[in-house]
Amino acid sequence: MAEALLLVVLLPALGALINGTRAFTNPHGPKNKTVTNAVALGATALSAIVATIGAVIPFVRSGTPFEHAYYTWIPAGIGHAGNFIASFAVDFAFRIDPLSCTMLMIVTWVGFLIHVYATGYMSHEKGYTRFFTYLNLFMFMMLLLVLGANYIVMFVGWEGVGLCSYLLIGFYYDKNFAADAGKKAFITNRIGDFGFILGIFLMFNTFGSATYSKVFALAATGGAAQYGGIATAICLLLFVGACGKSAQLPLYVWLPDAMAGPTPVSALIHAATMVTAGVYMVVRSNVLFRMAPDAMLVVAIVGALTAIFAASIGLAQNDIKKVLAYSTVSQLGYMFLAAGVGAFTAAIFHVMTHAFFKACLFLGAGSVIHGCGGEQDMRKMGGLRKYMPRTHWTMLVATIAIAGIPPLAGFFSKDEILANAYPHHFPIWILGVVTAGLTAFYMFRLYFMTFHGSYRGAEVEGIEESEPAHGGHNLIPDRRHLLDGDEHSDKAHGHHTHAHDPHESPWSMTGVLAILAVLSIVGGWVGIPAVLGGSHPTAFQRWLSPVLLPIGGEAYEFHEASVALEWTLMLISVAVAAFGIFLAWRFYKRDPLWSTPKRFAETFAPVHRLLENKYFVDELYNATVVGGTLALSRAMWWFDRWIVDGIVNAVRHLTVVLFGHGSWIFDRYIVDGAVNGVGWSARGGSMMFRRVQSGFVQNYALIMGGGVVLVAVVYLFMKP
Amino acid sequence: MGILNVITYIPLIGALVILFFVNRSNARMIRVLATATAVLDFLVSLWLWPNFDRAATGTKMWQFRETYDWIPSLGVKYDFGIDGISLLLILLTTFMGIIAVVSSYTAIHHREKEYYTLLLMLQTGMIGTFCALDFFLFYVFWEIMLVPMYFIIGIWGGARKLYAAIKFFLYTLAGSVLMLLSILALYFFNDGGIGFLNIKGLGNPGTFSVLQFHEIGHLIPPSLQFWIFLGFFFGFAIKVPMFPFHTWLPDAHVEAPTAGSIILAAVLLKMGTYGFVRFALPILPSATKQLLVPIVVLSLIGIVYGALVSLVQKDMKKLVAYSSVSHLGFVMLGMFALNPMGLRGSVLQMINHGISTGALFLLVGIIYERRHTRLIADYGGLAKQMPMYAALFLVAALSSMGLPALNGFIGEFTILLGAANSTAFGTMAYAVIAAIGIVLGAAYLLWLYQRVFWGPLDNPENANVPDVNRRELGLMLALIALMLWIGIYPKPLFDVLEKPVDYIVQKVEPTYFDKQPLTYPASPAATTEHREVAEK
Repeated sequence: MAEALLLVVLLPALGALINGTRAFTNPHGPKNKTVTNAVALGATALSAIVATIGAVIPFVRSGTPFEHAYYTWIPAGIGHAGNFIASFAVDFAFRIDPLSCTMLMIVTWVGFLIHVYATGYMSHEKGYTRFFTYLNLFMFMMLLLVLGANYIVMFVGWEGVGLCSYLLIGFYYDKNFAADAGKKAFITNRIGDFGFILGIFLMFNTFGSATYSKVFALAATGGAAQYGGIATAICLLLFVGACGKSAQLPLYVWLPDAMAGPTPVSALIHAATMVTAGVYMVVRSNVLFRMAPDAMLVVAIVGALTAIFAASIGLAQNDIKKVLAYSTVSQLGYMFLAAGVGAFTAAIFHVMTHAFFKACLFLGAGSVIHGCGGEQDMRKMGGLRKYMPRTHWTMLVATIAIAGIPPLAGFFSKDEILANAYPHHFPIWILGVVTAGLTAFYMFRLYFMTFHGSYRGAEVEGIEESEPAHGGHNLIPDRRHLLDGDEHSDKAHGHHTHAHDPHESPWSMTGVLAILAVLSIVGGWVGIPAVLGGSHPTAFQRWLSPVLLPIGGEAYEFHEASVALEWTLMLISVAVAAFGIFLAWRFYKRDPLWSTPKRFAETFAPVHRLLENKYFVDELYNATVVGGTLALSRAMWWFDRWIVDGIVNAVRHLTVVLFGHGSWIFDRYIVDGAVNGVGWSARGGSMMFRRVQSGFVQNYALIMGGGVVLVAVVYLFMKP
Repeated sequence: MGILNVITYIPLIGALVILFFVNRSNARMIRVLATATAVLDFLVSLWLWPNFDRAATGTKMWQFRETYDWIPSLGVKYDFGIDGISLLLILLTTFMGIIAVVSSYTAIHHREKEYYTLLLMLQTGMIGTFCALDFFLFYVFWEIMLVPMYFIIGIWGGARKLYAAIKFFLYTLAGSVLMLLSILALYFFNDGGIGFLNIKGLGNPGTFSVLQFHEIGHLIPPSLQFWIFLGFFFGFAIKVPMFPFHTWLPDAHVEAPTAGSIILAAVLLKMGTYGFVRFALPILPSATKQLLVPIVVLSLIGIVYGALVSLVQKDMKKLVAYSSVSHLGFVMLGMFALNPMGLRGSVLQMINHGISTGALFLLVGIIYERRHTRLIADYGGLAKQMPMYAALFLVAALSSMGLPALNGFIGEFTILLGAANSTAFGTMAYAVIAAIGIVLGAAYLLWLYQRVFWGPLDNPENANVPDVNRRELGLMLALIALMLWIGIYPKPLFDVLEKPVDYIVQKVEPTYFDKQPLTYPASPAATTEHREVAEK
C-alpha cells in the first residue's frame, strides 16, 4: 500500500515533469499534442487506477486505516509541549482512512474526467502543453493535500494547489485581468494560510506534533476538560485558513475573479476539488472542533452567512461563469454550515455530490461558451437546447441536482445538512432553507436564460452594457476581456462573430458531461436516510464514522429526528426549491421579455445595483486593505530614505566637517607614505591598482589608516 | 596543511596566479582560471561533507582542527576548526563562488584581471572567517573581507558606486571597531582583568581562543556581559543588517555588479548572523537574555518594515535588497528563540537566503545585461518574449517567498515554529507578527512578477530581448536543484546542525532539555463500527 500511495502521488508529478520539460525547453515551438495528451492523461488515469486498486479497495477490504512515514522531512528539534518535551519532527507520511479515501476518489476520477474534457476544450490553445503541466502539477499537490498524514504535508498540498490555481488563473497571463486575478487569489489565500500555520504552531505547542493520529489520540483522550480552551484557539486559526482556501466570508473575493482561468480549471480547481480543501480540513480536524463548541458556532455562522450572501449575488449576475462561481461560494458555505452544526459526514457528502453536479455545470457552461464562440453573457445566449442538445440535457440534470430535487444527488446531501441544522440552531436552518430557494431560482434562471427562448446572439450588439464600470487598477476581471479579444475565444473560433450559429461540442467534452450527469443522479444514493427507505445511520455516515473518534470515551452520535419531523423538514426544503424553480420559470421562461425581473430591477434599483456590483466588497477591500498597505509602505519608504538614511548621511557629513580639514596632513604623510612604503604596491601588485582612480585608493587608505589608529588607541586604553 | 587551509587558500592562490602569470589582455584565460579555481575549491570543500562527524560532541564537535602558534606573546594562535554551522556556510560560500565567477563572464568588460583577483581574494577572506576559532584570526579575516568588496563595488559598480562603496566600508568598519572592543574585553577578562573598570580577571594565560571564551563566558558578570554584547551587537547587527542599520545595504546592492550582489547577499550578510550565533549567544548567555526583547523587536520591525518597503520599490534590485532585510529579520528571530527549532531554522535560513536571494540577484543581472535598466516600469509581459527566463524567475521568487517543497519554507517554518514555541519569548505574539512577513513576502514578489512578466508586452524595447543562454540556464538550474533538494529532503542539513545547535541551546538555556518526554496514547476506537484506528 505504501508503494501504491507513493505511485498515486508521483505519477501526476512525473507527468508534470515530462510535459513541463517539453514546454520549458521548447517554449515557442510546436509540441506534439498526442504526446502531451498521452503523458498528462496517462499519468492521471494511472494515478486514478492505482488509487482505486492499490489503495481504496485494499482499505475497504481490511477496514484498517493505514499510515506510513516515508522519511523524516523536517527534524526541527526538541521543543516544549505543555510541561513535556517532544521531538518536533515532521514526517513525509501518508494516511488512508475513509475520509482520505473519499477525497482520493473524487480528486482522481473527477480530475481525470476534467483532463479528458480539457483535451477538447483547450485543443486550439497555444499553451496546450503548459496547461496540462499545470493541471498535472495540481493533481500532484491536491493528492498530497488529501493523503498527507499530518498538517504539514497537508499544508504543502494546500499551498501547492494555491500555486497551481495562481498559474492557471493567470494562464492567459498577457491579459491584465487574468494577471490581477491570479495574484489576488494567491495573496488572499496567503492571508488565510497565515491563520492556518499559526494554528499548526499552537498544535505543536499543545500536542507536540501535527500528525493526525498523535494529535487526535491525545486530544480525544484528554477531552474537552483538558484541551477545550486551546482547541477553540487552534480551530479558529485553522478555520481562517479554510476561509481563504474555500472562499468564505470575508476572504471569498478571489474565487469569482478566478473565473479568468480556462473553464476546465474553474470546474476542477474552483468547484470540484481545491476549494473543498477547507471543508476537508475542518472535517479532518473534527476531534478538535467537537471540543470547541464556540469555534463550531463560528464555522456554522460564517458558512450560513456566506451561503446566503453569495446566493444573493448570484441572483443578479449575467455572466454564466460568474453565476456558477457565486453558486460555488454559496455551496461551500453550505458545507461549512454542515460542519459547524456537527454534521461532518453531511459536509463531506455535499463535497462529493457538489463535485459531481458543479463540475458538470461548469463543464456544461464551458461547452456553451465553446459553442457560442467565447460568449459568456447569458443575455446573448438563449435557445441553445436546439443547438446543443447533449449539453442541454446534461446541464438540466445537474441544475435539478443542485436545486435539491429528489432523487438527484444534491437533494440527499442538502437534506441531511438541513435536517442537522434544524435541531441545532434554528436561525441557521432558516438561512439554509432560504439559500436553497435562492439556489433553485438562480440556477434555473441560468438554465432558462441559456437554453430556452430564442438565440439572442445575433441581436446583441445594441444591448445596453449594464456591467458595472471599472476604473483604474481594478482587480476584478469581468467580461470586458471578451471585448478586448479573449485569447481563448479568439483561438477557438476566430472572433466571437455571431454570424455562425452555436454548435454542439465534441464528444470528448459532452461524453464527460454525460458521465458527470449520471453521477449527479446516482451520487446521492449512498446517503439515503431511514425515512426514505435507507438506514440510520446512512451508508455514507457508517462509512465515515471511523473518522469521528470518541472524545473522552463518549462516542459520536449521528443525529436522529422523529419520522414526522424529518418528513416535514424534507417537504419544506423541496417546496422551497420548487418555488424557486417556479419563479425562475415564471420570470424567464413563460415571459420571453423577462419583464418581471426587469421591473423588479427598476423598482428596487439600489438593491439591484448593490447585488450586481457584489455589494462593492472588492471596492471596499481595495480602498482599505490594499490601499492601506500601499500607503503604509510608501510612508515607510519615505521614512527609510529621509529619516533612517538621513541620520546616517548626517553623521557622515558631520564627520567630514570635523575631521576633513586635518585630512590633508593625513593624506600627505601617512597615506602616501604607507602606500609608497608597502613593497608590493611598488612592484608586481602595483600593476593592479596603478590606473585605479587615485582618490579612490586614498579614500580607502584613509579609512583603513583611521581604523588602525583607532584600534591601537582602544588597545592601549583597555590594557590593565 | 589541513583541509581547511587548503579550502581557504585555493582561491588566494588562484588569484595570485591570475595576478602574476596571466596577461591582462587574455580575458578568456583569466575567466577560465578563475572558474577553475572556484570549481576546484568547491570540489575540495565537498570532501568535508562525507568526512564530517555529525555525532561528535564536546571538543570533538570542532573538526578538522589546525592550531599553530602565531603571536605567542599575546596568546594569538592560528586556529582553524569547524562545526556543522561553519560547514554549511563554507559549502554555501564555495558554491556561490562558482555562481559569482561564472555570472561575471559577460557582465564585466573592463579590468577583468583585477576583478577576478579580487573576487577570489574575497572568497579566501570569507572562508577564513568561517574557519577561524581564534578571535584575532577571525578579526583579521573579517577585515580582509571588506577590502575586495569595497573595490568590487567601487570600481565595477553603477552610477553612485563611490558613495555606496564608502558607505559600505565605513559603516561596517565602525561596527567592527566596536566588536574589537568587545573582543579585547573578553581577552582581558580571561587574563588579568580590565584595569580602569576595576574588573578582576580570571588570571588565565592570555588567549583569543573562541572555545576558551565559550567555557568562561558564563563567569563574566552580567553587567560586563551587557557591554561586551553591545559591542558585538553593533559589529554584527550592521553586517546582518538589522533595522535601523540597514541603509548601506540597498545602496551597496544597487551599485554593486551582479556577482558582488550575489556574494554580498549570499555570504557577506551571513557574517553578522554567524557572529551572533558563534560568539554572542554562547559566550554571553546572560546578556543574550537581557537584550533579547529589544533585539527581537528590531528583528520583527525588520521583517515587516523590509517587506513593506520592498512593496513600493521601483528598482528590482532595490526590491530584492529590501527583501533581504526582511529575510534576515527571520534569521535573527529564529536565533533568539533560543531553542533547537529556532536556531536550526535560523542557520538553515542563512543558507536558503543565500541560494534564493543569490538566484534573484543573478536573474536581475541577466535582464540588466540585456536591457540596461532595472526599473520595473520598463518591463511588462516578458513571459511572452522570455518564457524560460520567466519560469526560472518564478521558481526563485517562490523559493524566496517560502513556498512549501522549496527551501525557503523549511527555514521559515522551522524559525516560526521555534518562535511560537520559545520559552525565552514566553509568548506567541512574536511568531504572529513575523508571520505577517510571509503574507507580505508573497505580495511584493508576486506584484513584481506580475509587473515584469505578465500583462501585455507593451514596451517595444523588450520585443527582441533574447531568452537565457546555456550558461545562465546552467547556473539557474544548479540553484534550483539546491532549492528543491533542501525543500524536499533537508534532513542531511538538519543532521549536521543538530549537535552544534543543541550545544548553543545548552549554553544559553542550560535547563532547556530537563523535562519528561511526552507520550502518546493509542487512538480511541471508532464509533459505530469497532475498527482499530491504532497508529500503524
